Amino acid sequence: MNWELIFGQIKWTSFVFAGMIENPSLSEAIASGAGSIAVLGALATVILLTVKGWWVPLWRDWLTSVDHKKVGIMYIAIALVMFARAVIEAALMRAQQLAATEGAGFLSADHFGQLFSTHGTIMIFFVAMPFITGLMNYVMPLQIGARDVSFPLLNAISLMLTMAGAILIMVSLVVGQFSTGGWSAYPPFTGIEFSPGEGVDYWIWAVSLGSIGSTLTGLNFAVTIYKKRCPGMTLFRMPLFTWTTLCTSILMIFAMAPLTAATVMLALDRYAGFHFFTNGDGGNMMNYANLFWLFGHPEVYILILPAFGVWSEVVATFSSKRIYGYTSLVYATMCIAVLSFAVWLHHFFTMGQSANVNAIFGIATMIIGVPTGVKVYDWLLTMVGGRIRFSTAMLYHINFLLTFILGGMTGVLLANPGVDFQVHNTLFLVAHFHNMIIPGVLFGMFAAVQFWFPKVFGFRLHEGLGRASFWCFAPGFLLAFFPLYWLGMMGATRRTYMWSEPAYLPWLALAMLGAALILAGFALMVMQIVVSVRQRAQLAAPLGDPWDGRALEWSIPSPPPAWNFAVLPAVSSQDPFYEAKKAGIAYRSPTTYEDIEVPRNTATAPLIGLFACAWAFALVWHIWWLVIASFVLIWVVVIARSFATDTEETIPAATVKAANEAFLAAARAAPGVSRDREMTSENRGRALPESLEGRSGAISTGPAVEVLS
Amino acid sequence: MSLSERLHPGVNLAGTDPESHVAAEEVLFGFWIFLMSDLVLFAVLFATYAAMSVQGIAEGPRPAEVFDLTAAFLETLLLLFSSFAFGFAMLEMKYRENRRGVLVWLLLTGVLGAAFVGMELHDYYVMITEHAAPPQASGFLSAYYLLTGTHALHVSSGLVWMAIMAVQIAVLGFSTPVKLRLMRLALFWHMLDVVWIGIFTFVYLFGVAS
Ligand code: HEM
Ligand SMILES: [Cu+2]
Repeated sequence: MNWELIFGQIKWTSFVFAGMIENPSLSEAIASGAGSIAVLGALATVILLTVKGWWVPLWRDWLTSVDHKKVGIMYIAIALVMFARAVIEAALMRAQQLAATEGAGFLSADHFGQLFSTHGTIMIFFVAMPFITGLMNYVMPLQIGARDVSFPLLNAISLMLTMAGAILIMVSLVVGQFSTGGWSAYPPFTGIEFSPGEGVDYWIWAVSLGSIGSTLTGLNFAVTIYKKRCPGMTLFRMPLFTWTTLCTSILMIFAMAPLTAATVMLALDRYAGFHFFTNGDGGNMMNYANLFWLFGHPEVYILILPAFGVWSEVVATFSSKRIYGYTSLVYATMCIAVLSFAVWLHHFFTMGQSANVNAIFGIATMIIGVPTGVKVYDWLLTMVGGRIRFSTAMLYHINFLLTFILGGMTGVLLANPGVDFQVHNTLFLVAHFHNMIIPGVLFGMFAAVQFWFPKVFGFRLHEGLGRASFWCFAPGFLLAFFPLYWLGMMGATRRTYMWSEPAYLPWLALAMLGAALILAGFALMVMQIVVSVRQRAQLAAPLGDPWDGRALEWSIPSPPPAWNFAVLPAVSSQDPFYEAKKAGIAYRSPTTYEDIEVPRNTATAPLIGLFACAWAFALVWHIWWLVIASFVLIWVVVIARSFATDTEETIPAATVKAANEAFLAAARAAPGVSRDREMTSENRGRALPESLEGRSGAISTGPAVEVLS
Repeated sequence: MSLSERLHPGVNLAGTDPESHVAAEEVLFGFWIFLMSDLVLFAVLFATYAAMSVQGIAEGPRPAEVFDLTAAFLETLLLLFSSFAFGFAMLEMKYRENRRGVLVWLLLTGVLGAAFVGMELHDYYVMITEHAAPPQASGFLSAYYLLTGTHALHVSSGLVWMAIMAVQIAVLGFSTPVKLRLMRLALFWHMLDVVWIGIFTFVYLFGVAS
């Protein structure tokens, strides 16, 4: 019997536990522990689903759903699960570096290499990307008054491809090893000669799946925004979050292709002996550096732009003011999107191009600071004279403004090739990009969760615990990363598992403390969600508008019905819902209702995801029969689906009318909560508009009036 | 301007089938964007080839030693004529909704496309056996095979797609979804022509001239 035909290169020694049995050490024990957690976690999930009888609802209501709202929630769920893993890995790396200032610490060099590779890969591709994608998925169609995205099934397929990639990375905890080549996987180190194992292949296929998913997402959202805006919503009436979603989508369409090309070439080098990036035979690793950063630099703007959108919504809402400088924010967003393609070379200033090239790219890099600076001023000026409430989301925003500026300034430093020659590849760089990505992207997403949670689930999050978690995250971030600037300048190189340099000790200890605080912040955030779910009755805000919101998403019930808008809205200004409230014409009944078509659930997307996952796994382990079988199955599913004709179902006008009229009646009857009381249980989701507060008769909007939409 | 008057890239059905025309607006725009991201992929492969065909020769053969211009020219003709034939299929669909007519033209398109792929495979075979120029020989050849191979893979998937469309036309007739799919396939097929013209010029003509 030739087992290799069946199992490819998997042997019993491939399983993580084998390493523990064969040469036990603390490093191996930690690896086995992580593997066990993954296995036990999967088992526990299976048991929970079985005991509670949740398999059917999970399949029927979630996995097969093509509703953009559910797809969005699932994206964010992936992001949070993967965040838990990646943040624990980060703390582990911190502990190792602290322990290794004298002596070797407790992790092997190889294990440390896997940790920074999975940490970086997961954080970028399976935390940040799904987080922003999930958020854009949920919010953008609501903001433009649409019933769904343009291609709902494609949307679900993107989700399932991303999920397949995430699962593949989780599998790498148990079977085999991950790459030690970092999140950027530079050859020739990641070529077959220096990395002969399966690790780099895990990286290649997980990232490829994610990147195909993101390309399709970008396409889908761009078309949605161009084609599905409700009547009257001109481009310059779109909410800023929608604007940033548009620019991010365009970046995704153009930037993911170079990454796919790079991973495919690397795969061909490794699997078939090609010579794209090898040392000899005409290969050239600089081609990889160019391709990777042609994707990689726009990628950081793919991540940050949606967060900028979130900040714009949050600061306007919690200052009760129209955003300052709307038009300049739009143009700044576009400038950043375009410029992001013109600077990729700053990632390899030190790799041998001429001084002139370096100078040009250094200047181009510094120029991006200009539109970003415009944005910062706009946010600040929005707050001036506003009615500011220090909600958790707003705290995150203020913290963002303060720390992001510092990070930006270190970026301008690094944009100077002379400085970069000194500190590249040190912890200074690690400090810089975490300084951008954590207050910018991660906290932006956390603020978004605080802000839109009541829209998504119909109840607010516990405010006290939210603040508690913020007060761990914010100083935790400062402690964890600011010492790294010093360490970098002292010469501590990145991706290094031991230095034996006692002078680093105090700074590393501070950084460790910071990482611990960040872990505590995450624990509190999980607690906040659990407690809020328990107390959902007190926190309920089903009437849809808890914060005196401005864009269309706040005009519908929370959670929104499957069809989003009973009647497609027509808008005639920016901040349409806010203006309607101000004019006293919000919550009026439409004259007529019509039947609404929504796409039916389908098993197409989860099946494609399943086979894609099997395909990638088989490629990693060279299980050729499975590679072929799963590839064929993917296309069988696609083709079979193309013959389906009955893919939509109709929701009768009467159903829509009953639901909508009940909501409108409840909203009209509610007394409305003032801004001072919005964090109390009085807030059922019907804000008393700031603009009407104190005026007599403001509380009741009068009887239902028939209004033409 | 109402939706149905708007023109979109591709065959416009406003005059003959307004309902499908309206449905086409969004779908074809989306497909156009997909093609753009696909073109970025090809652009990246072209750029890689541009660098490798100069710096990646190593000990391997040079472009002029391995390319057969006559074959490449015949391939160009095959692909161009197949696009031409597809144009007739689309006209049959638009003006006559004639199943047999469309199927015959599609068959011709498919045969020409298959001949193109066949010729390319033959080129590869000759290069590998007679010129000792497999993709593993040098960076230049790796880039060459990836660029032309990606194109050939696209053409082959177009052929599979065409076969499926033939079945769908026979089974489902000219329903709106079928029409929209044919229109997208047409765009796809024409784009592959454009890419091939790039390959012919840039890889073969330049390669032999240099
Ligand atoms: C939340 C707390 C976090 C901590 C404590 C942390 C810590 C670390 C550490 C210790 C390293 C390794 C540095 C080295 O190799 O010398 C690292 C690398 C990295 N981190 Fe984080 N990180 C955190 C969050 C994030 C987030 C949110 C992202 C992105 C969304 C991120 C992206 C990365 C990347 C891309 C690398 C580089 C990996 C590589 O070298 O290939 N991290 N982080
Ligand atoms: Cu960059």
